Amino acid sequence: MLRFFHQLASPKHFYRISGKWIPWLGAACLAFMLAGLYQGLLVAPTDYQQGDSYRIMFVHVPAAWMSLFIYMVMAIAGGIGLVWRIKLAEIMAISSAHVGASFTFLALITGSIWGKPMWGSWWVWDARLTSELILLFLYLGVIALYNAVEDRRTAARATSILALVGVVNIPIIHYSVEWWNTLHQGPTVTKFDAPSIDFRMLIPLLLMAIAFKLFYAVVVLLRARVEVLQRERNTSWVKALVAEHE
Amino acid sequence: MNPARRKRLILIGLMVAGVAVAVGFALNAFNQNLMFFYSPSEVAQGKAPPDHAFRLGGLVTNGSVKRLPNGLTTRFEVTDNTRTVTIEYTGILPDLFREGQGIVAHGKLNADGVFIADEVLAKHDENYMPPEVADALKKSHKVNSAAGGREGALGREVNSAAGGREGTLGREEGVSASQKGTAP
Repeated sequence: MLRFFHQLASPKHFYRISGKWIPWLGAACLAFMLAGLYQGLLVAPTDYQQGDSYRIMFVHVPAAWMSLFIYMVMAIAGGIGLVWRIKLAEIMAISSAHVGASFTFLALITGSIWGKPMWGSWWVWDARLTSELILLFLYLGVIALYNAVEDRRTAARATSILALVGVVNIPIIHYSVEWWNTLHQGPTVTKFDAPSIDFRMLIPLLLMAIAFKLFYAVVVLLRARVEVLQRERNTSWVKALVAEHE
Repeated sequence: MNPARRKRLILIGLMVAGVAVAVGFALNAFNQNLMFFYSPSEVAQGKAPPDHAFRLGGLVTNGSVKRLPNGLTTRFEVTDNTRTVTIEYTGILPDLFREGQGIVAHGKLNADGVFIADEVLAKHDENYMPPEVADALKKSHKVNSAAGGREGALGREVNSAAGGREGTLGREEGVSASQKGTAP
Protein backbone atom coordinates (compact mmCIF):
# COMPACT_ATOMS: atom_id res chain seq x y z
CA MET A 1 0.00 0.00 0.00
CA LEU A 2 2.68 2.46 1.06
CA ARG A 3 4.73 1.44 -1.91
CA PHE A 4 1.76 2.15 -4.18
CA PHE A 5 1.50 5.72 -2.88
CA HIS A 6 5.24 6.13 -3.12
CA GLN A 7 5.14 5.15 -6.75
CA LEU A 8 2.10 7.31 -7.41
CA ALA A 9 3.98 10.33 -6.11
CA SER A 10 6.52 10.00 -8.89
CA PRO A 11 5.32 12.09 -11.85
CA LYS A 12 6.08 9.38 -14.38
CA HIS A 13 3.98 6.73 -12.63
CA PHE A 14 1.25 9.21 -11.87
CA TYR A 15 1.02 10.05 -15.56
CA ARG A 16 0.75 6.39 -16.53
CA ILE A 17 -1.75 5.35 -13.82
CA SER A 18 -4.01 8.41 -14.10
CA GLY A 19 -4.26 7.80 -17.85
CA LYS A 20 -5.80 4.43 -17.07
CA TRP A 21 -8.20 5.78 -14.42
CA ILE A 22 -9.67 8.72 -16.30
CA PRO A 23 -11.94 6.79 -18.72
CA TRP A 24 -13.44 4.74 -15.85
CA LEU A 25 -13.97 7.74 -13.63
CA GLY A 26 -15.50 9.63 -16.57
CA ALA A 27 -17.91 6.80 -17.37
CA ALA A 28 -18.95 6.50 -13.70
CA CYS A 29 -19.45 10.27 -13.52
CA LEU A 30 -21.70 10.21 -16.58
CA ALA A 31 -23.74 7.29 -15.20
CA PHE A 32 -24.30 8.98 -11.82
CA MET A 33 -25.03 12.32 -13.45
CA LEU A 34 -27.69 10.83 -15.76
CA ALA A 35 -29.25 8.80 -12.93
CA GLY A 36 -29.23 11.87 -10.67
CA LEU A 37 -30.78 14.14 -13.29
CA TYR A 38 -33.44 11.56 -14.16
CA GLN A 39 -34.32 11.03 -10.51
CA GLY A 40 -34.15 14.72 -9.74
CA LEU A 41 -36.10 16.10 -12.70
CA LEU A 42 -38.60 13.32 -13.37
CA VAL A 43 -38.98 11.05 -10.33
CA ALA A 44 -38.70 13.33 -7.30
CA PRO A 45 -42.03 14.89 -6.24
CA THR A 46 -42.64 18.63 -6.27
CA ASP A 47 -42.11 20.52 -3.03
CA TYR A 48 -45.13 21.53 -0.94
CA GLN A 49 -44.10 25.18 -0.87
CA GLN A 50 -41.66 25.84 -3.67
CA GLY A 51 -43.22 23.70 -6.40
CA ASP A 52 -40.72 22.74 -9.06
CA SER A 53 -38.30 25.60 -8.38
CA TYR A 54 -36.65 23.66 -5.58
CA ARG A 55 -35.11 21.29 -8.17
CA ILE A 56 -32.26 23.74 -8.71
CA MET A 57 -30.91 22.45 -5.39
CA PHE A 58 -29.83 19.23 -7.14
CA VAL A 59 -27.11 21.36 -8.71
CA HIS A 60 -26.77 24.08 -6.11
CA VAL A 61 -26.25 21.94 -3.00
CA PRO A 62 -23.68 19.48 -4.47
CA ALA A 63 -21.83 22.42 -6.05
CA ALA A 64 -21.67 24.17 -2.68
CA TRP A 65 -20.45 20.97 -0.98
CA MET A 66 -17.80 20.60 -3.67
CA SER A 67 -16.61 24.17 -3.21
CA LEU A 68 -15.79 23.36 0.43
CA PHE A 69 -14.48 19.84 -0.24
CA ILE A 70 -12.12 20.91 -3.02
CA TYR A 71 -10.78 23.74 -0.89
CA MET A 72 -9.89 21.26 1.86
CA VAL A 73 -8.22 18.96 -0.69
CA MET A 74 -6.28 21.91 -2.10
CA ALA A 75 -5.13 23.13 1.33
CA ILE A 76 -4.15 19.66 2.56
CA ALA A 77 -2.29 18.85 -0.67
CA GLY A 78 -0.59 22.25 -0.41
CA GLY A 79 0.38 21.51 3.19
CA ILE A 80 1.82 18.12 2.22
CA GLY A 81 3.72 19.82 -0.59
CA LEU A 82 5.15 22.35 1.86
CA VAL A 83 6.24 19.85 4.49
CA TRP A 84 7.41 16.89 2.41
CA ARG A 85 8.28 18.83 -0.76
CA ILE A 86 6.37 16.36 -2.92
CA LYS A 87 6.04 17.76 -6.41
CA LEU A 88 2.84 15.87 -7.14
CA ALA A 89 1.10 17.28 -4.04
CA GLU A 90 1.85 20.81 -5.28
CA ILE A 91 0.50 19.89 -8.69
CA MET A 92 -2.72 18.44 -7.22
CA ALA A 93 -3.21 21.57 -5.10
CA ILE A 94 -2.93 24.02 -7.98
CA SER A 95 -4.93 21.80 -10.35
CA SER A 96 -7.79 21.77 -7.82
CA ALA A 97 -8.02 25.56 -7.66
CA HIS A 98 -9.70 26.06 -11.04
CA VAL A 99 -12.28 23.31 -10.49
CA GLY A 100 -13.02 24.63 -7.01
CA ALA A 101 -13.47 28.17 -8.28
CA SER A 102 -15.89 26.90 -10.95
CA PHE A 103 -17.99 25.00 -8.42
CA THR A 104 -18.07 28.01 -6.09
CA PHE A 105 -19.21 30.20 -8.96
CA LEU A 106 -21.86 27.63 -9.90
CA ALA A 107 -23.15 27.50 -6.31
CA LEU A 108 -23.37 31.30 -6.14
CA ILE A 109 -25.11 31.64 -9.52
CA THR A 110 -27.67 28.85 -8.95
CA GLY A 111 -28.36 30.22 -5.47
CA SER A 112 -28.94 33.66 -6.92
CA ILE A 113 -31.33 32.34 -9.59
CA TRP A 114 -33.26 30.49 -6.89
CA GLY A 115 -33.15 33.42 -4.48
CA LYS A 116 -34.95 35.87 -6.74
CA PRO A 117 -38.29 34.02 -6.90
CA MET A 118 -38.10 32.43 -3.44
CA TRP A 119 -36.64 35.11 -1.20
CA GLY A 120 -37.47 38.04 -3.45
CA SER A 121 -33.84 39.11 -3.93
CA TRP A 122 -30.93 38.11 -6.17
CA TRP A 123 -28.38 38.76 -3.48
CA VAL A 124 -28.29 39.65 0.20
CA TRP A 125 -25.22 40.28 2.34
CA ASP A 126 -25.92 37.64 4.94
CA ALA A 127 -23.16 35.59 6.57
CA ARG A 128 -23.56 32.46 4.40
CA LEU A 129 -23.59 34.25 1.05
CA THR A 130 -20.79 36.63 1.98
CA SER A 131 -18.47 33.89 3.27
CA GLU A 132 -19.10 31.82 0.13
CA LEU A 133 -18.21 34.87 -1.98
CA ILE A 134 -14.98 35.22 0.02
CA LEU A 135 -14.25 31.58 -0.82
CA LEU A 136 -14.53 32.42 -4.53
CA PHE A 137 -12.06 35.28 -4.03
CA LEU A 138 -9.69 32.95 -2.17
CA TYR A 139 -9.72 30.53 -5.10
CA LEU A 140 -9.15 33.38 -7.56
CA GLY A 141 -6.34 34.68 -5.34
CA VAL A 142 -4.66 31.27 -5.33
CA ILE A 143 -4.86 31.06 -9.14
CA ALA A 144 -3.60 34.62 -9.61
CA LEU A 145 -0.72 34.17 -7.16
CA TYR A 146 0.36 30.94 -8.83
CA ASN A 147 0.47 32.61 -12.22
CA ALA A 148 2.21 35.73 -10.92
CA VAL A 149 5.37 33.86 -9.85
CA GLU A 150 7.69 32.68 -12.60
CA ASP A 151 9.28 29.67 -10.92
CA ARG A 152 6.71 26.86 -10.55
CA ARG A 153 8.04 25.50 -7.27
CA THR A 154 8.28 28.90 -5.57
CA ALA A 155 4.79 29.69 -6.88
CA ALA A 156 3.44 26.43 -5.46
CA ARG A 157 4.91 27.20 -2.03
CA ALA A 158 3.42 30.70 -1.96
CA THR A 159 -0.03 29.49 -3.05
CA SER A 160 0.02 26.65 -0.53
CA ILE A 161 0.51 29.15 2.28
CA LEU A 162 -2.34 31.30 0.96
CA ALA A 163 -4.57 28.23 0.69
CA LEU A 164 -3.76 27.19 4.28
CA VAL A 165 -4.53 30.67 5.62
CA GLY A 166 -7.89 30.53 3.82
CA VAL A 167 -8.85 27.28 5.53
CA VAL A 168 -10.22 29.35 8.41
CA ASN A 169 -13.09 30.35 6.10
CA ILE A 170 -14.34 26.77 5.68
CA PRO A 171 -15.88 26.27 9.15
CA ILE A 172 -17.21 29.82 8.95
CA ILE A 173 -19.14 28.97 5.77
CA HIS A 174 -20.42 25.72 7.21
CA TYR A 175 -21.57 27.09 10.57
CA SER A 176 -22.59 30.57 9.40
CA VAL A 177 -26.26 29.59 9.32
CA GLU A 178 -26.08 28.36 12.92
CA TRP A 179 -23.89 31.04 14.48
CA TRP A 180 -25.74 34.02 13.07
CA ASN A 181 -29.20 34.98 11.86
CA THR A 182 -29.07 34.56 8.11
CA LEU A 183 -31.58 34.61 5.29
CA HIS A 184 -30.09 31.36 4.01
CA GLN A 185 -31.80 28.35 5.58
CA GLY A 186 -30.05 25.95 7.94
CA PRO A 187 -28.58 22.56 7.02
CA THR A 188 -31.02 19.89 5.83
CA VAL A 189 -29.05 16.73 5.16
CA THR A 190 -26.50 16.90 7.98
CA LYS A 191 -29.13 17.62 10.62
CA PHE A 192 -29.10 14.90 13.25
CA ASP A 193 -32.68 15.07 14.53
CA ALA A 194 -35.79 14.46 12.41
CA PRO A 195 -35.02 14.09 8.69
CA SER A 196 -36.31 17.21 7.03
CA ILE A 197 -36.10 16.11 3.42
CA ASP A 198 -38.29 13.54 1.71
CA PHE A 199 -36.49 10.31 0.84
CA ARG A 200 -37.30 10.59 -2.89
CA MET A 201 -35.70 14.04 -2.91
CA LEU A 202 -32.65 12.93 -0.97
CA ILE A 203 -31.74 10.15 -3.46
CA PRO A 204 -31.13 12.42 -6.48
CA LEU A 205 -29.30 14.89 -4.24
CA LEU A 206 -26.84 12.20 -3.16
CA LEU A 207 -26.51 10.82 -6.70
CA MET A 208 -25.63 14.29 -7.96
CA ALA A 209 -23.16 14.74 -5.11
CA ILE A 210 -21.34 11.55 -6.15
CA ALA A 211 -21.44 12.59 -9.82
CA PHE A 212 -19.88 15.96 -8.94
CA LYS A 213 -17.15 14.26 -6.90
CA LEU A 214 -16.30 12.03 -9.87
CA PHE A 215 -16.39 15.02 -12.20
CA TYR A 216 -13.86 16.75 -9.97
CA ALA A 217 -11.65 13.63 -9.97
CA VAL A 218 -11.65 13.51 -13.78
CA VAL A 219 -10.96 17.21 -14.27
CA VAL A 220 -8.28 17.43 -11.59
CA LEU A 221 -6.44 14.42 -13.07
CA LEU A 222 -6.63 15.89 -16.58
CA ARG A 223 -5.28 19.22 -15.36
CA ALA A 224 -2.60 17.57 -13.22
CA ARG A 225 -1.38 15.51 -16.22
CA VAL A 226 -0.88 18.67 -18.26
CA GLU A 227 0.94 20.32 -15.36
CA VAL A 228 3.16 17.23 -14.93
CA LEU A 229 4.10 17.25 -18.61
CA GLN A 230 4.91 20.95 -18.52
CA ARG A 231 7.07 20.69 -15.43
CA GLU A 232 8.86 17.54 -16.58
CA ARG A 233 9.27 18.56 -20.20
CA ASN A 234 13.05 18.27 -20.05
CA THR A 235 13.13 14.77 -18.57
CA SER A 236 13.86 11.70 -20.63
CA TRP A 237 10.49 10.00 -20.03
CA VAL A 238 8.49 12.96 -21.37
CA LYS A 239 10.80 13.22 -24.39
CA ALA A 240 10.32 9.50 -25.01
CA LEU A 241 6.55 9.94 -24.70
CA VAL A 242 6.56 12.78 -27.21
CA ALA A 243 8.76 10.82 -29.61
CA GLU A 244 6.35 7.89 -29.34
CA HIS A 245 3.43 10.07 -30.47
CA GLU A 246 5.21 11.72 -33.37
CA MET B 1 10.02 12.26 10.43
CA ASN B 2 13.23 14.18 9.90
CA PRO B 3 13.75 17.42 11.91
CA ALA B 4 13.43 19.80 8.95
CA ARG B 5 10.05 18.37 7.99
CA ARG B 6 8.85 18.34 11.58
CA LYS B 7 9.82 21.98 11.92
CA ARG B 8 7.91 22.91 8.79
CA LEU B 9 4.87 20.93 9.94
CA ILE B 10 4.88 22.70 13.32
CA LEU B 11 5.28 26.09 11.64
CA ILE B 12 2.30 25.42 9.37
CA GLY B 13 0.24 24.19 12.31
CA LEU B 14 1.05 27.34 14.30
CA MET B 15 0.23 29.54 11.32
CA VAL B 16 -3.19 27.98 10.78
CA ALA B 17 -3.96 28.05 14.53
CA GLY B 18 -2.85 31.69 14.75
CA VAL B 19 -5.03 32.76 11.86
CA ALA B 20 -8.00 30.83 13.30
CA VAL B 21 -7.62 32.54 16.69
CA ALA B 22 -7.29 35.99 15.11
CA VAL B 23 -10.35 35.50 12.91
CA GLY B 24 -12.24 34.01 15.86
CA PHE B 25 -11.63 37.16 17.93
CA ALA B 26 -12.55 39.41 15.02
CA LEU B 27 -15.81 37.57 14.36
CA ASN B 28 -16.63 37.62 18.04
CA ALA B 29 -16.09 41.37 18.13
CA PHE B 30 -18.31 41.94 15.10
CA ASN B 31 -20.91 39.39 16.18
CA GLN B 32 -23.77 41.85 16.22
CA ASN B 33 -22.89 43.25 12.79
CA LEU B 34 -22.95 39.78 11.28
CA MET B 35 -26.54 39.18 12.29
CA PHE B 36 -28.65 39.54 9.20
CA PHE B 37 -31.74 40.58 11.16
CA TYR B 38 -33.05 41.47 14.61
CA SER B 39 -35.78 39.43 16.26
CA PRO B 40 -38.93 41.06 17.71
CA SER B 41 -37.59 40.41 21.25
CA GLU B 42 -34.40 42.30 20.46
CA VAL B 43 -36.49 45.16 19.10
CA ALA B 44 -38.53 45.15 22.31
CA GLN B 45 -35.33 45.27 24.36
CA GLY B 46 -34.21 48.31 22.38
CA LYS B 47 -31.24 46.57 20.76
CA ALA B 48 -32.33 47.63 17.28
CA PRO B 49 -31.18 51.08 16.11
CA PRO B 50 -34.09 53.49 16.71
CA ASP B 51 -33.28 56.16 14.13
CA HIS B 52 -32.04 54.27 11.08
CA ALA B 53 -33.13 51.33 8.99
CA PHE B 54 -32.51 47.73 10.06
CA ARG B 55 -33.82 44.26 9.25
CA LEU B 56 -36.45 42.51 11.31
CA GLY B 57 -37.04 38.76 11.07
CA GLY B 58 -39.78 36.55 12.43
CA LEU B 59 -42.73 34.33 11.65
CA VAL B 60 -45.87 35.91 10.25
CA THR B 61 -48.55 35.44 12.92
CA ASN B 62 -51.53 33.40 11.74
CA GLY B 63 -54.58 35.49 10.95
CA SER B 64 -52.73 38.80 11.18
CA VAL B 65 -52.33 39.62 7.48
CA LYS B 66 -54.67 42.45 6.43
CA ARG B 67 -54.82 44.66 3.38
CA LEU B 68 -55.34 48.30 4.20
CA PRO B 69 -58.14 50.17 2.33
CA ASN B 70 -55.75 51.75 -0.17
CA GLY B 71 -55.27 48.25 -1.58
CA LEU B 72 -51.48 48.27 -1.85
CA THR B 73 -50.38 48.29 1.76
CA THR B 74 -50.31 45.06 3.74
CA ARG B 75 -50.26 45.08 7.51
CA PHE B 76 -49.18 41.99 9.42
CA GLU B 77 -47.47 40.91 12.60
CA VAL B 78 -44.25 38.97 13.03
CA THR B 79 -43.39 37.08 16.16
CA ASP B 80 -40.53 35.08 17.66
CA ASN B 81 -42.56 33.26 20.28
CA THR B 82 -42.19 35.94 22.94
CA ARG B 83 -42.73 39.35 21.34
CA THR B 84 -44.65 40.62 18.33
CA VAL B 85 -44.05 43.57 16.03
CA THR B 86 -46.53 45.00 13.54
CA ILE B 87 -45.21 45.60 10.03
CA GLU B 88 -46.64 47.72 7.23
CA TYR B 89 -45.41 47.15 3.72
CA THR B 90 -46.46 48.73 0.43
CA GLY B 91 -45.56 46.66 -2.60
CA ILE B 92 -45.42 43.15 -3.99
CA LEU B 93 -44.80 40.37 -1.50
CA PRO B 94 -42.61 37.34 -2.45
CA ASP B 95 -44.28 34.07 -3.52
CA LEU B 96 -43.42 32.28 -0.30
CA PHE B 97 -45.00 34.97 1.87
CA ARG B 98 -47.86 33.46 3.88
CA GLU B 99 -49.06 33.14 7.44
CA GLY B 100 -46.74 31.02 9.54
CA GLN B 101 -43.84 31.67 7.15
CA GLY B 102 -40.52 33.14 8.24
CA ILE B 103 -39.81 36.53 6.67
CA VAL B 104 -37.15 39.23 6.91
CA ALA B 105 -38.26 42.84 6.44
CA HIS B 106 -36.04 45.90 5.94
CA GLY B 107 -37.24 49.26 7.18
CA LYS B 108 -37.65 51.59 10.16
CA LEU B 109 -39.76 51.79 13.28
CA ASN B 110 -42.12 54.77 13.33
CA ALA B 111 -43.23 56.73 16.40
CA ASP B 112 -46.08 54.30 17.14
CA GLY B 113 -43.77 51.28 17.16
CA VAL B 114 -45.02 50.08 13.77
CA PHE B 115 -42.26 48.83 11.48
CA ILE B 116 -42.53 50.51 8.08
CA ALA B 117 -40.87 48.09 5.66
CA ASP B 118 -39.46 48.98 2.26
CA GLU B 119 -38.49 45.39 1.43
CA VAL B 120 -39.89 42.01 2.52
CA LEU B 121 -37.93 38.81 1.86
CA ALA B 122 -39.27 35.32 2.50
CA LYS B 123 -37.00 33.12 4.57
CA HIS B 124 -37.24 29.56 3.39
CA ASP B 125 -36.83 26.77 5.93
CA GLU B 126 -34.71 23.63 5.55
CA ASN B 127 -37.65 21.23 5.09
CA TYR B 128 -38.42 19.64 1.75
CA MET B 129 -41.45 17.42 1.28
CA PRO B 130 -44.02 16.60 -1.38
CA PRO B 131 -47.48 18.24 -1.06
CA GLU B 132 -49.16 15.00 0.05
CA VAL B 133 -46.89 14.76 3.07
CA ALA B 134 -47.49 18.39 3.94
CA ASP B 135 -51.25 17.77 3.62
CA ALA B 136 -51.04 14.73 5.87
CA LEU B 137 -49.14 16.75 8.47
CA LYS B 138 -51.69 19.53 8.27
CA LYS B 139 -54.60 17.08 8.54
CA SER B 140 -53.17 15.39 11.61
CA HIS B 141 -52.81 18.70 13.33
CA LYS B 142 -56.33 19.78 12.36
CA VAL B 143 -57.73 16.59 13.92
CA ASN B 144 -55.72 17.30 17.05
CA SER B 145 -56.92 20.86 17.32
CA ALA B 146 -60.54 19.79 16.81
CA ALA B 147 -60.12 17.33 19.68
CA GLY B 148 -58.57 20.06 21.78
CA GLY B 149 -61.61 22.27 21.35
CA ARG B 150 -61.59 26.03 21.53
CA GLU B 151 -58.64 26.34 23.81
CA GLY B 152 -56.73 23.91 21.64
CA ALA B 153 -57.44 25.91 18.52
CA LEU B 154 -56.18 29.01 20.22
CA GLY B 155 -53.06 27.21 21.36
CA ARG B 156 -52.45 25.99 17.86
CA GLU B 157 -52.66 29.47 16.49
CA VAL B 158 -50.10 30.85 18.87
CA ASN B 159 -47.79 27.88 18.72
CA SER B 160 -47.74 27.29 15.01
CA ALA B 161 -47.15 30.95 14.37
CA ALA B 162 -44.35 31.09 16.86
CA GLY B 163 -42.68 27.72 16.45
CA GLY B 164 -38.97 27.21 16.17
CA ARG B 165 -36.13 28.76 18.01
CA GLU B 166 -35.15 32.27 17.24
CA GLY B 167 -33.12 32.50 14.09
CA THR B 168 -34.08 29.24 12.44
CA LEU B 169 -37.79 29.99 12.19
CA GLY B 170 -38.31 26.32 11.49
CA ARG B 171 -41.64 25.24 10.14
CA GLU B 172 -41.54 21.70 11.39
CA GLU B 173 -40.88 22.70 14.97
CA GLY B 174 -43.94 24.92 14.70
CA VAL B 175 -46.09 21.99 13.66
CA SER B 176 -44.83 19.73 16.41
CA ALA B 177 -45.19 22.48 18.98
CA SER B 178 -48.79 22.92 17.93
CA GLN B 179 -49.40 19.23 18.32
CA LYS B 180 -48.07 19.35 21.83
CA GLY B 181 -50.09 22.46 22.53
CA THR B 182 -53.33 20.89 21.39
CA ALA B 183 -53.12 17.60 23.24
CA PRO B 184 -56.34 17.36 25.26
